Amino acid sequence: MKTAAELELQSYVLLRLGERRFALAAREIAELVAPSRVFRFPQQTKEIEGVILRRGRIVPVCDVSERLLGNKLTSRRFYLLAARKYGEHTEWVALPVSGECELINAEMMPAGESDSNHVAGWLSHGAEVIEVLDLEALTPGPGTLSTHHPEVSAAQEARP
Amino acid sequence: MQLSAHAKIRGPRAEQIILFRISGQLFAVSSASVQEVRGVDSLAGMAQEIPLSTIRKVRHSVRRGEGTLYVVNGGVHFGLPPSAATLVFFLRNTRVALLVDGIDRMSSMTQLQAMSHAFCHEERRWYRGLTALDQTVVPVVDPSGFLSLEELSLLEKAMEARNLGSEAGETYRQ
Repeated sequence: MKTAAELELQSYVLLRLGERRFALAAREIAELVAPSRVFRFPQQTKEIEGVILRRGRIVPVCDVSERLLGNKLTSRRFYLLAARKYGEHTEWVALPVSGECELINAEMMPAGESDSNHVAGWLSHGAEVIEVLDLEALTPGPGTLSTHHPEVSAAQEARP
Repeated sequence: MQLSAHAKIRGPRAEQIILFRISGQLFAVSSASVQEVRGVDSLAGMAQEIPLSTIRKVRHSVRRGEGTLYVVNGGVHFGLPPSAATLVFFLRNTRVALLVDGIDRMSSMTQLQAMSHAFCHEERRWYRGLTALDQTVVPVVDPSGFLSLEELSLLEKAMEARNLGSEAGETYRQ
């Protein structure tokens, strides 16, 4: 039989950005991949630096360290592919990280009113208190759309 | 269960595309969207300046059939460094004549991935999506994304002002 405290435990992935560690709910993580070529093309969403190709999918790369630490990562060891929700459906986004990731079970303390909107909560792990990130607040999405565009499917067959 | 002969041979549909460059950047456009490709030199005799254009990417218009097309500088549209255009694409079902640096090659794509919702600005209008070709990713332009209705309206006004100006000039000369 589980205790009440055990029931609250959830899995989180700890990721390193520079000198700091952050956490994401493990259910939001698809995989950790080695850095690959970033393809850049003209676009105006400044948080997105380009796209990578992964298993036939084209995945946008979003360096969240600029927002979290104030500067871009100088070295990238991996891309953490996270599942970002956009309303009803989910798409991958690649987050560059600068070190190994770790899977832990912990109890999350909810974010306070004074916390930034990208903070979903807090974890106490070892001697550290770690921010749990809210991907929807941290990465760009239709909330910042300047014009209306019809919804399109994630992948569509080319038109003849 | 047996598949019909038709079902057996049906693979992913391919779309013919033209890969072209503007300021070194590779783009794709459906070849069905391009009505005609001409050298920019051929515009010399037919393009008219729009002196009062407030749309920086459009400086000239071209009469074609019954209508007027606007010559769009692709580099300015995409925010790329200036480059020397050598070709112009007359885009079907639009009022756009697009200046490009050159054609890279013809190809075909079988998959077009819609723009991720992470892209949330003008690029959603610029591109139909992205395609992977030979281990590279190429944005596929949307011909209707080069000029918005607002931009077309401003260009129409600039054209009217130009025409009124030239009519007044003729009256004065008479």
